[in-house]
Amino acid sequence: MNWTAIILTLKLATLTAAILLVIGLPIAYWLTFSRWRWKFLVESVVALPLVLPPTVLGFYILVAIGPQSPFGRFYASVVGHPLPFTFEGLLFASILYSLPFAVQPFATAFDQVDRRLIEASWTLGVSRLRTFFKLIVPLSRAGVVTGFVLSFAHTLGEFGVVLMVGGNIEGETRTVSIDIYDEVQAINYIGAAKTALLLLAISYSVLLVVYAMNRKVWAPWPQR
Amino acid sequence: MASEMIVDLAKSFPGRLTVEAQFRIALEPPRVLILFGPSGAGKTTVLRCLAGLEWPERGFIRVGPQVWLDTVSGIRRSPQEREIGCMFQEYALFPTHSVEGNIAFGLGSLPAIERKRRVREVTALLQLTGMEDQRPGELSGGQQQRVALARAVARRPRLLILDEPLSALDLPTRVKLRGELRNLLGQLGIPSLVVTHDWEEALALGDQMAVMKAGRLLQMGAPQQVFSQPKDAEVAKVVGIETVIPGRILESANGLVTVEVAGAQLLAVGTEELGPEVFVCIRAEDVILETVGTAATSARNRLTGTVREVSSMGALLRVGIDCGFSLSAIVTRSAMEDLHLVSGAPVVAAVKTGAIHLVPRQSSRTSVTA
Repeated sequence: MNWTAIILTLKLATLTAAILLVIGLPIAYWLTFSRWRWKFLVESVVALPLVLPPTVLGFYILVAIGPQSPFGRFYASVVGHPLPFTFEGLLFASILYSLPFAVQPFATAFDQVDRRLIEASWTLGVSRLRTFFKLIVPLSRAGVVTGFVLSFAHTLGEFGVVLMVGGNIEGETRTVSIDIYDEVQAINYIGAAKTALLLLAISYSVLLVVYAMNRKVWAPWPQR
Repeated sequence: MASEMIVDLAKSFPGRLTVEAQFRIALEPPRVLILFGPSGAGKTTVLRCLAGLEWPERGFIRVGPQVWLDTVSGIRRSPQEREIGCMFQEYALFPTHSVEGNIAFGLGSLPAIERKRRVREVTALLQLTGMEDQRPGELSGGQQQRVALARAVARRPRLLILDEPLSALDLPTRVKLRGELRNLLGQLGIPSLVVTHDWEEALALGDQMAVMKAGRLLQMGAPQQVFSQPKDAEVAKVVGIETVIPGRILESANGLVTVEVAGAQLLAVGTEELGPEVFVCIRAEDVILETVGTAATSARNRLTGTVREVSSMGALLRVGIDCGFSLSAIVTRSAMEDLHLVSGAPVVAAVKTGAIHLVPRQSSRTSVTA
């Protein structure tokens, strides 16, 4: 088994899920509570990775972070090397790719919080930020865990985006799913089977956590 | 005068009536103001604007020296900055927190010792001692109501806002807690605004009462006064005076007037200045039913009619009578049986002179000019 690839993948998935927790919560809060009439534009962008072929998403990310783009040039000038085909580039792509898997469960959970409880908190003099952490997040605990775990699990299995943005560099961007593909190409079915089984086991246990936490069936998008 | 609350606002929602309210009330001594009206009257909108949960298009709110809202000069105090205590209709207790956690929720800015002292103080005041560690879900309706009130008063707000404080309770508990709430509001000494559609609650709790209907504030005054002397027929309808019918004053003498109502003549307290066109208001509780041929009583108004319908309203029955006009009476079940009050039965309705309230009515001018 390619332990380097396994550890790299777990690291990528953990970092992706953690970062998505930090940026996904405010995005979900805004999506849930904003009364802006053009909000659906942002909602659609967040959901885009659900329907876009990974290669298409990967292609655009590659172009966006490559040396041809202003962002890519800026990154290269600051860090010293370009973003594509590095672990950081892969992380950036993973965050975008798994964004809906974090934001949607968060938003669904926030949406189910009784608004009167939130208003009660405000009238008690508790700020919006403190209300968020003291009340909304605890009441949405299952949704927050679901979003974290799903973005983690989803990152574990990504293939198309990784191939487009990360390539296949051992110890840098070669993830488990790429490794399995390589093994199959090399007609090493035993090696592929071992790694595939491990990935299956991890994914299954992760989903067990989600369903055990939720009991209720996970809804993919807030129903309003 | 600084120690006064001034409210003047207009809030509209797409596809609904614009809610407009304009009132002022002295804060010293602290009073309980009732916002009374049927559901949909805009009471809750006014309350939400006061709490800062709704932003009126036009408005001015000042409580004591603090301006909470002034759309002209752009002052908008958030709910957090208003120092209010709100008790919501369904209490909105935090299921994630214990009773103590709920009460202490808004006391985060106080030092821990003071916070503990406050929690102890209000739990004792509201008889919640011993329940501090329980979750709201484990409490009875009455206990939840007390926790919600404890949470609202723990911060010592400038203004206490109660939205239908007793409506989520069953009737016996409601009757019991109505008295308790009255005493408590007196003890707390915090100016309070209570929204209700229950006239008994209004009479029991209020020092002042504002009647609202269809987004407008119709009348303000002491509750008894508003109930017994509604300014016009609209207020009379809102405050639940079951019989409001047009009449015409025929003659007046010694502070009494004779009013002609659909062929019948009624004696009421009043002067000619009211009329000649009036609305005659009679509460169903004030109508006494007798069988035809009963000996004379002190009631001066005796109307012969027939029972049209009998409908149940809990322990009591409402009887609709046709005596030239339609009149409602409230009787007990045993009275109904004794008097054989079934549809079509003849009956005499007696109303004491003092129980008939006359409200001036705009007379039509066409007959005069013709």
